[in-house]
Amino acid sequence: MKVCGRVHKYGDNVDTDVIIPARYLNTSSHAELAQHCMEDIDRDFVNNVKKGDIIVAEKNFGCGSSREHAPIAIKASGVSCVIACSFARIFYRNSINIGLPILECEKAALEIKNGDEVEADFNTGDITDKTTGKTYKAQPYPPFLQNIIAKGGLLNSISEK
Amino acid sequence: MGMTMTQKILAAHAGLESVEAGQLIEAKLDLVLGNDITTPVAINEFEKCGADSVFDREKIALVLDHFTPNKDIKSAEQSRQVRGFARKYSIKNFFDVGCMGIEHALLPEAGLVGPGDCVIGADSHTCTYGALGAFSTGVGSTDMAAGMITGRAWFKVPSAIKVVLTGKPGKWVCGKDVILHLIGKIGVDGALYRSLEFTGSGLKYLGMSDRLTIANMAIEAGAKNGIFPVDEVTEEYANGRFLRRPAVYKADVDAVYESTVEIDLSALRPVVSFPHLPENTKTIDDVGKIKIDQSVIGSCTNGRIEDLRIAASILKGRKVADGVRCIIIPGTQKIYLQAVREGLVEIFIEAGAVFSTPTCGPCLGGHMGVLGKGERAVSTTNRNFVGRMGHKESEVYLASPAVAAASAVTGYITDPDRI
Repeated sequence: MKVCGRVHKYGDNVDTDVIIPARYLNTSSHAELAQHCMEDIDRDFVNNVKKGDIIVAEKNFGCGSSREHAPIAIKASGVSCVIACSFARIFYRNSINIGLPILECEKAALEIKNGDEVEADFNTGDITDKTTGKTYKAQPYPPFLQNIIAKGGLLNSISEK
Repeated sequence: MGMTMTQKILAAHAGLESVEAGQLIEAKLDLVLGNDITTPVAINEFEKCGADSVFDREKIALVLDHFTPNKDIKSAEQSRQVRGFARKYSIKNFFDVGCMGIEHALLPEAGLVGPGDCVIGADSHTCTYGALGAFSTGVGSTDMAAGMITGRAWFKVPSAIKVVLTGKPGKWVCGKDVILHLIGKIGVDGALYRSLEFTGSGLKYLGMSDRLTIANMAIEAGAKNGIFPVDEVTEEYANGRFLRRPAVYKADVDAVYESTVEIDLSALRPVVSFPHLPENTKTIDDVGKIKIDQSVIGSCTNGRIEDLRIAASILKGRKVADGVRCIIIPGTQKIYLQAVREGLVEIFIEAGAVFSTPTCGPCLGGHMGVLGKGERAVSTTNRNFVGRMGHKESEVYLASPAVAAASAVTGYITDPDRI
């Protein structure tokens, strides 16, 4: 599967409180959560984001709370993929479980700039910055996780058993 | 090759002789936990995939603690959804207002988690139960839903960092200072994907309350779990309380650790984490003059009776400074009652503090102490991210109950020795 979109770039330790502040956790509606995505770190994000866009950040993306509302808000806002140097472990799990594609690639995450046009291929792990022409290779998922992703999330993979 | 304590618990729950770091396993769960924020999302997933039963109605705990007693209509609807689910599936350990406490203070107190357990919870501070010698870790709502259906969860077996504690801590140094110091040393992703295994001769000076605080904040170093060996302190705490038979696992002598961190408890000073990351630590001697608007004493990190006793010992006969709101929140109803019986509540009220029903409330900017623009709080909670306690231009300084209480009295972040 391949996605292509414009990059919204952030730094280290983007925590789940800025991805979706707790004041909006009184709902589990995906559409409502999307309206407040990244609000405390980038107030213009929801106005600027277009379907297919890509978030690129540096280390420890998604640290903090276990709120699945964070990857849900990102996915529901139209973002097709998150690329980072590293992810906090609960955010990593949650993203796989709900079917938000994420890629770990330090070089790409450090070099790609805000506004670049980037293409990511989840089958091969290939990342291409179409603005600069540079290509990168992300860590491939282990087969176990590939299976969850291929089934469309954790619960689909369970109900098939 | 030897196994760490965490690896042994995971191997036993996966039905394997041994496991090694990096291995993907499926483990049996002793308890699956959710709260009023994460459970509604789990219920939606549970229903969406057509599930019509839970794996074991006695091994699920649902605790309405974050926005309760409900702060608004939307959060009331979320609680109503959880209440309905608990009734429909006869969930035994459902805790509503009246018996509810902050989940990570409540579950150990109620004996629902104990040595040797394998626990997941849809709350990042589920790692708290490592204090009891359990493997416990935070997950999201979909993992919770899958856990409720199958009684199992997948894990990547973690490698570990060994944290060796030696020496005897000084008067005002407690578990909070130990964990803040460690996070300051290794960073908020210093233990990413790994276990923090605590050991050393200094453990005997750390009571269960201190250990629960330390394990609670393992996640703030990125860790998958934090874990303590089972010793006399654990046995005394678990005895007559833990509902199942404790299983005691010990790390092998030849267990492999990725690295070792040594902390001399006798050299520690009270620690304060500056905004906006728990790793931004300074000792109390280096904080300078920082004026506060609010002091919060409570949360899953520091809402136990021992924490309230420390706060009371400082607030007794003193007054909260003009212009400061001091908000004290016990972790559970039992702690609340004990604080009443010990006369702590009287001390708090006479000092000019407020004493609330148990709730996570202000820790995540939910209710009961949300900060306005430019306001500053010293807090015994666990996170000081941008906007964590309210307005995105407010600030949270993390500290121990002793520092938070002393600061409430002076209006500035204060060394408890200096009042």
